[in-house]
Amino acid sequence: MSTEPQTQSHEHGMSDAGYIKIALILAAITALEVSTYYVDFGPLFMPSLMIMMVVKFVMVVSYFMHLKFDSKIFSFLFYTGLGLALFVYIVALATFKFFIA
Amino acid sequence: MAETATHTDHAADHGHHSSTGLSNNKLAMWLFLGSECLLFGGLISTYMLYRGRVQDGPHPSQIYDIPFTSVSSFVLLMSSLTMVLAVTSAQRNDDNRTNLWLTVTALLGATFVGGQVYEFTTFYREGLGFTTSLFSSSFYSLTGFHGVHVSVGVIMLLSTMGIIKRNRITGNKSEVVELVGLYWHFVDIVWIVIFTLIYLIPS
Repeated sequence: MSTEPQTQSHEHGMSDAGYIKIALILAAITALEVSTYYVDFGPLFMPSLMIMMVVKFVMVVSYFMHLKFDSKIFSFLFYTGLGLALFVYIVALATFKFFIA
Repeated sequence: MAETATHTDHAADHGHHSSTGLSNNKLAMWLFLGSECLLFGGLISTYMLYRGRVQDGPHPSQIYDIPFTSVSSFVLLMSSLTMVLAVTSAQRNDDNRTNLWLTVTALLGATFVGGQVYEFTTFYREGLGFTTSLFSSSFYSLTGFHGVHVSVGVIMLLSTMGIIKRNRITGNKSEVVELVGLYWHFVDIVWIVIFTLIYLIPS
């Protein structure tokens, strides 16, 4: 018989409170992202936006989608697709001299 | 014989598993999501190439409503929280809470889609038709495809609620909710990328 409390993680993952904390962090990062539209970040504008985007992406995939707690095979399948997409389209954009412009 | 029956019951409870010991359904969903990265990667890179090709139509910075899109992004982000709460409720076999969180998620998703319809209508009135420029075509294709994915997600959420209420799920109920959740979180992460690259970074 399980004595696991209702709010604790079940098969894998985190407690409900943990997920709410993650959501609050994501909301705070989104607010910071939006602030870059109004406040001049100078040369940090682009790098900060890209870092915040990647952090949000990884947090959702790792915690909400459970990749951090699940089998590594799932991570392999997803990140292989993602890596392939990044590689193919960065090469495609480079072919059209996107990064030079 | 009894052992075989027990094994079959176990498989029915936890879904069909591959030789890796993992659920085939989850493997297929992750493979599908990996392939979806290629679809959205193509649409995003096409937009990046054509975002400056506005011809006679309006420029992105003239029509984007960042405060409005920020609220939409926040709504979709919070729907990921309600979705993960639906998954944990399903893992606790709490059907009432599962349906409650699925309903909230579907409502948030429908709000996002409604916001996108409003945004498209406003852009059209401001002179940005689908064929106005290469920018408009690539913009509507990318955000439209994403909107269709969210709409399909809402239908999946409502269908899942329906089959839970009618007790029609054979096998592992929590895994069914988790699979719908994986799809839902995926449309959220795609929007995280779209919001930054398309809306926040000026061309």
